[in-house]
Amino acid sequence: MSPSDFLVIPFDEWVTAFVRGWLVPNFRPFFRAVQVPITQVLNGLDAFFAFVPMLLTTAAFALLALKFAGRGMAIFTIVGFVFIDLIGLWPQTMATLAMIITSVLFCAVIGIPLGILAARNEMTWKVLRPTLDVMQTIPSFVYLVPIVMLFGVGMAPGIIATVIFALPPIVRLTNLGIRNVRGDLIEAAEAFGSTPLQMLFEVQLPLAMRTIMAGLNQTLMLALSMVVIAALIGAGGLGLTVNTGLGRLDVGQATAGGVGIVILAIVLDRITQGFGVQNKVPSISLRQTLVSMFRPRASTPVLNGKAA
Amino acid sequence: MSAKLKVKKVFKIFGNRPKEALALLAEGKSKETIFQTTSQTVGVQDASFEVDEGQIFVIMGLSGSGKSTMVRMLNGLIRPTSGEILIDGVDVASCSGAKLRDIRRNKIAMVFQHFALFPHRTILENAAYGLKVKGVPAAERNAKALAALEQVGLASWAQSKPSDLSGGMQQRVGLARGLATDPEVLLMDEPFGALDPLIRREMQDELLALQATMKKTIIFITHDLSEALLLGDKIAIMKDGRVVQIGTAQEIVSNPADDYVAAFVADIDRGRVFTADTVSSEPAVMQLNSDTACDAVKTMEDHNLNAVYVMDGEEIAGVVTYQQAATADRESGEAEVHLSDVMQTEYPTADGDTQLADLYGAASGGLPIAITDADNRLVGVVAPEAVFAQLSVPSENAEGEDAAEAVAPENTELVLDDAR
Repeated sequence: MSPSDFLVIPFDEWVTAFVRGWLVPNFRPFFRAVQVPITQVLNGLDAFFAFVPMLLTTAAFALLALKFAGRGMAIFTIVGFVFIDLIGLWPQTMATLAMIITSVLFCAVIGIPLGILAARNEMTWKVLRPTLDVMQTIPSFVYLVPIVMLFGVGMAPGIIATVIFALPPIVRLTNLGIRNVRGDLIEAAEAFGSTPLQMLFEVQLPLAMRTIMAGLNQTLMLALSMVVIAALIGAGGLGLTVNTGLGRLDVGQATAGGVGIVILAIVLDRITQGFGVQNKVPSISLRQTLVSMFRPRASTPVLNGKAA
Repeated sequence: MSAKLKVKKVFKIFGNRPKEALALLAEGKSKETIFQTTSQTVGVQDASFEVDEGQIFVIMGLSGSGKSTMVRMLNGLIRPTSGEILIDGVDVASCSGAKLRDIRRNKIAMVFQHFALFPHRTILENAAYGLKVKGVPAAERNAKALAALEQVGLASWAQSKPSDLSGGMQQRVGLARGLATDPEVLLMDEPFGALDPLIRREMQDELLALQATMKKTIIFITHDLSEALLLGDKIAIMKDGRVVQIGTAQEIVSNPADDYVAAFVADIDRGRVFTADTVSSEPAVMQLNSDTACDAVKTMEDHNLNAVYVMDGEEIAGVVTYQQAATADRESGEAEVHLSDVMQTEYPTADGDTQLADLYGAASGGLPIAITDADNRLVGVVAPEAVFAQLSVPSENAEGEDAAEAVAPENTELVLDDAR
């Protein structure tokens, strides 16, 4: 005895009817048009990374790592990228990199304004919050099917799937960052006659930047984790290598692809983590601390002379 | 002097049903009752006061008394539920957002309790913020901001970040940021509350010194009565959102409106509130050339004095004590004793604005203190006893009378409320 003895809801049929019977025939041109900017950016980046010689790309990333993540990370970047090249996965890695950057770019372009809107308008946040929850909890395989129906297969649909999956953290953290700006600073900005836009650009965004950068880092990591899944609907790169290995039960190829993704993930993660910390007050280095400990009359290392 | 700022019958209710709360307030219900029945919080009730141009007006109250709400209503950070707030005749309570922004940019600046400096900007950029928002070109605003920093003695820190500065210095930057736009009205929300006592004292003196040249209209919020008494040309005391008493420091200390104010005033160093003027009396003087010791003795007996000042025309020549005059008079027998033979030429003087606390030394000599004006003429005399009489808290009896007197206007106010 159960309710289904009396009533059966043909939920799956309804969804099918909705997507196939209404959404696809009516909105296909719209969904096709949406792809255009994505394809443009992706093709540009793809061509760029394919054109730039491997050594130059590696040097550029090593420099970025040196600036934002320290010397150890720079060395790791060089070793890792050379290793990827040596195992013959350089072109795929660059394709994946172009895809990741495109996804993160679109996440930022969509997510940061949404986050700002959510932070300034309670109603927007009330609507957005459950939407983001759904986006984060839905298994990504579920929306792969409608995406293929609406957008077809290929790189661009792969990126769209990635954007859906990776968007929530940047929206959430932009919202959080702006809401967490100290109340008295907002009051001060207001008391001096700031317009809402001045408030946003002079006070809220600069102060929320660290949190927003943390959101960007999270988004990037989620985008990387979608690489393999997006490859199922035709996005190439390292994901394809892994999938092919999986299909052929070729343990070596799958592992090689996996290692490539991990190296890329570590490098990108450390560099973007460094972005957020840049604005921090310079801290006292380990060497300075040690020197001061052995100095007679134990004077503390003072950077800018904190006078009373 | 004209009133720069007028606050008329201002109410602020926090909550979603302010009308209900206003109606209950009109019935004379208390803040607590209203919160219990309607869950509306009464921020400020029926506040009215006027601030003259160039005055330091202190609003004093404990936390929850509505003083911070009050000051935020003056620049529209909080909009009052009802009432008028007029700055130069423009109602801040009801004007449009654009007009309000204009007032904030040009007329009124604010200094915050926890400094509220922008941590991502340099000291100079912080000081220049108000000008930047106004759209002043970079070169001009930096020059003005630097001048403001110079005023507070921090010009050399212009390129540092706020986190490099101590609390007192940060608040000076806060003050410079307020002054940079050259506002007519400066709101200071417990500006020295977060500083340690020594620095606070220093900042208070500095504010007074700055004010002596700037002559801004300053609304100063504090929870510290001694700070209020030190700085305020006029002081409003708030309790439970109501303005309990408005007056000068001396009026409040000598005549507290109710037990609440009296309890505050009890701990106050009265020697720092009252000046020599408040205890000086009309001097009985002798003339050096025409009067004798005998006349002096008679005068002192008539006026019940211990000593009397001797004038040489308009100038003070010296002081004669009763003991000296009487002894000399007795010993000389019939002969007339000239005053110059018995008077002391060393005598204590002070001007009328001297705080009583600074008269202790002079008073301990036992001689009356000569109060002189700017031209060094004798305008009054302070008897040593009078100094200490003023310092002692009035007896129970007197206090009761004062309180009854002061409560009277409040009662009429309540009647008005009922009528409405």
